[in-house]
Amino acid sequence: MYRILEKQVLSDVTKLMVVEAPQVARKARAGQFVIVINDEHGERIPLTIADFDREAGTITLIFQEVGKSTMQMGAKEVGDTFLTVAGPLGHPTEIEQYGTVACVGGGVGIAPLYPIARALHQAGNHVISIIGARTQSLLFWEDKMAAVSDEMIVCTDDGSYKRKALVTEPLKELLEARGGEIARVWAIGPAIMMKFVSLTTKPYQVPTIVSLNTIMIDGTGMCGGCRVLLEEGAQFVCVDGPEFDGHKVNWDNLLARQAFYREEERAAVERWQHECRLDKVLEGGA
Amino acid sequence: MAALTQRERLAIPRQEMPTQDPQVRRTNFNEVALGFSQELALREADRCLQCAVPHCVEGCPVGVLIPQFIKALREGDLTGAVAAMKVKNGLPAICGRVCPQETQCEARCVLGKKGEPVAIGRLERFVGDFELAGRTCPLVRTPSTGKRVAIVGSGPAGLTCAVEMGRLGHQVVIFESLHKAGGVLTYGIPEFRLPKSVVNGEIDYAMECLGIEIRTDHIIGRTLTMRELLSEFDAVFIGSGAGLPSFMNIPGINYNGVMSANEFLTRVNLMKGYQFPEYDTPVKVGKRVAVIGAGNVAMDAARCSLRLQALRAAQSGEEAGEVHIVYRRSHEEVPARAEEVHHAEEEGVIFDFLTNPVEILGTEKGQVCGMRCIRMALGEPDSSGRRRPVPIEGSEFEMEVDTVIMALGTSPNPLVFVDAEELERTRHGTVVADAATMRTRMARVWAGGDVVTGAATVVSAMGAGKVAAADMQRYLEHGGEW
Repeated sequence: MYRILEKQVLSDVTKLMVVEAPQVARKARAGQFVIVINDEHGERIPLTIADFDREAGTITLIFQEVGKSTMQMGAKEVGDTFLTVAGPLGHPTEIEQYGTVACVGGGVGIAPLYPIARALHQAGNHVISIIGARTQSLLFWEDKMAAVSDEMIVCTDDGSYKRKALVTEPLKELLEARGGEIARVWAIGPAIMMKFVSLTTKPYQVPTIVSLNTIMIDGTGMCGGCRVLLEEGAQFVCVDGPEFDGHKVNWDNLLARQAFYREEERAAVERWQHECRLDKVLEGGA
Repeated sequence: MAALTQRERLAIPRQEMPTQDPQVRRTNFNEVALGFSQELALREADRCLQCAVPHCVEGCPVGVLIPQFIKALREGDLTGAVAAMKVKNGLPAICGRVCPQETQCEARCVLGKKGEPVAIGRLERFVGDFELAGRTCPLVRTPSTGKRVAIVGSGPAGLTCAVEMGRLGHQVVIFESLHKAGGVLTYGIPEFRLPKSVVNGEIDYAMECLGIEIRTDHIIGRTLTMRELLSEFDAVFIGSGAGLPSFMNIPGINYNGVMSANEFLTRVNLMKGYQFPEYDTPVKVGKRVAVIGAGNVAMDAARCSLRLQALRAAQSGEEAGEVHIVYRRSHEEVPARAEEVHHAEEEGVIFDFLTNPVEILGTEKGQVCGMRCIRMALGEPDSSGRRRPVPIEGSEFEMEVDTVIMALGTSPNPLVFVDAEELERTRHGTVVADAATMRTRMARVWAGGDVVTGAATVVSAMGAGKVAAADMQRYLEHGGEW
């Protein structure tokens, strides 16, 4: 059992949890992920590691409540446990001194981007971070990102906070103005954002690393459900990734595959919300 | 009552296994074979001639004391039967269900020369189930040796090696990457062939008796490496299986609705997807399912598909649909057990022989909608001894399907080899291990089961676990050169 030691509500739908998982913390590196299971009936949920503390034996998870399983995760409190926290899985980010790099994070993607930006910063890179979200309430960790960035741009889609723009806009300006300077770009966020970041950087031929979060079960190469089409053929996100060259990813196939269980996901959410309402009614009656 | 004469024994017909009716069972996930009653078991046991040289035992990869357990059984001494069984096999309820007895013990039974062999597998299952319910004869551990043994993987090979080493008084820890123990017994073989209550019951019982710890959620190569295990343990056995699925190298494999049999079966068995939304993991098949391949895994995938279609039909009132096995060779070359093929046929799986997909077709939205296939003919035998399938020119045709499950075999998961370069491997990705000892090229590391042979059977993996344990014991006692 893996105990929750700390919980922060970053927005209505974004939660942070510090979880006891010493065997994962001991090995975790930026860019890797874990598989989390809520309980005996739970599914295996892949989540990128947002932070880790080897000494305390803890890892930090940040997740957005988008489906039944993440809603159930979010309903857990300090002291509650997860059935499984297994990892660290996938290849860690290749950290080198590249020179000037751009780290682009969208929404909940800011969480896995943070340890990468931090490691790049520690390795002596000049880190330019561009973070954004749909609206102000979905933004978090601006301060933490600022602490590991040499330059930072913050934007929201609706203009409710700082610059009103999609992250691709300041990125394009940056490439236009200082294109030769940027050695590499990391982009983590919704698939659609990563697609457009990759399209934005492609004409400038700046290597662009994306971290994919596809549907998967075991996370160890066993099911192949996570396979992504690259120029050179299909690869598994769990063992060949999760980071890939964004210019080689077949994004339309990736987006279609993510939608495969949409109907089932919707049914599961409805059922969960119905159960929660029933619980409330029963509590009220008691 | 006087003992039966040989003539009387020979006159008893082989007792049939009671099974669920095909039309009923194709709509549920309950076990197909219902098991012998005590009466049937004793009657079947009476058929055994107690040969002075029991060839059946030679056919068993773990050397079960077959005449001894059958003798005790027919004398009504069920506990004695369990005791005889457990000398060589700590997991009889599992083996009795999934061993290919027809090519092993039963193939050697002298009765099979003129009639039908003794139903050794069914008797083994009967004895195993009796013990699972009654726990009359626990495995016993000799006094502690103070030695520590690590086992990588809790499937058949690892469990067997763990049980053997546990009995000998070593402290054994099993590392399992998934959240449940059992390996392929848990994620691969469906409930209707091997109920998970049997798997869990038999594993828990053995582990409790021998004080063996199973650490789930530990991925060797990631959470811990082989090198770290070797620093903490005196000996390590790798039984990590062959978990990596293969996909055909044809266009269209990434359309929605195309999946590996591993993914499909893991969703159904390990994650209980057939009970969605009671369980969180969904699994879905369409109305026209094609399973590519004809091994045991393909039969399992096809039969699970039928059941999922039936469950959906019962809810929606719509037609259930069709499930096809698409195989490039003919009926004769089918690698699955005859019984599995028979069960699949009875349940209504359609077999398309001498047919090979060349492209998977999809809709604009990325959903599979068909397969372009080509007819095959059989040519000269290839390296496997089977006649090589050759495409018939101009015979291409389209098949309407909405789900494609690829059951084309699996290979070992390379994660375990991270930070263990000394573990020599073949070009197929399997570990090189000495057949007589199961020693690998890495000191103090043994390996067995599918990780060495590539995908094979549960019981051959158990046999390898046993061979490795015997050599490990020699090494722990006497040391010596590697």
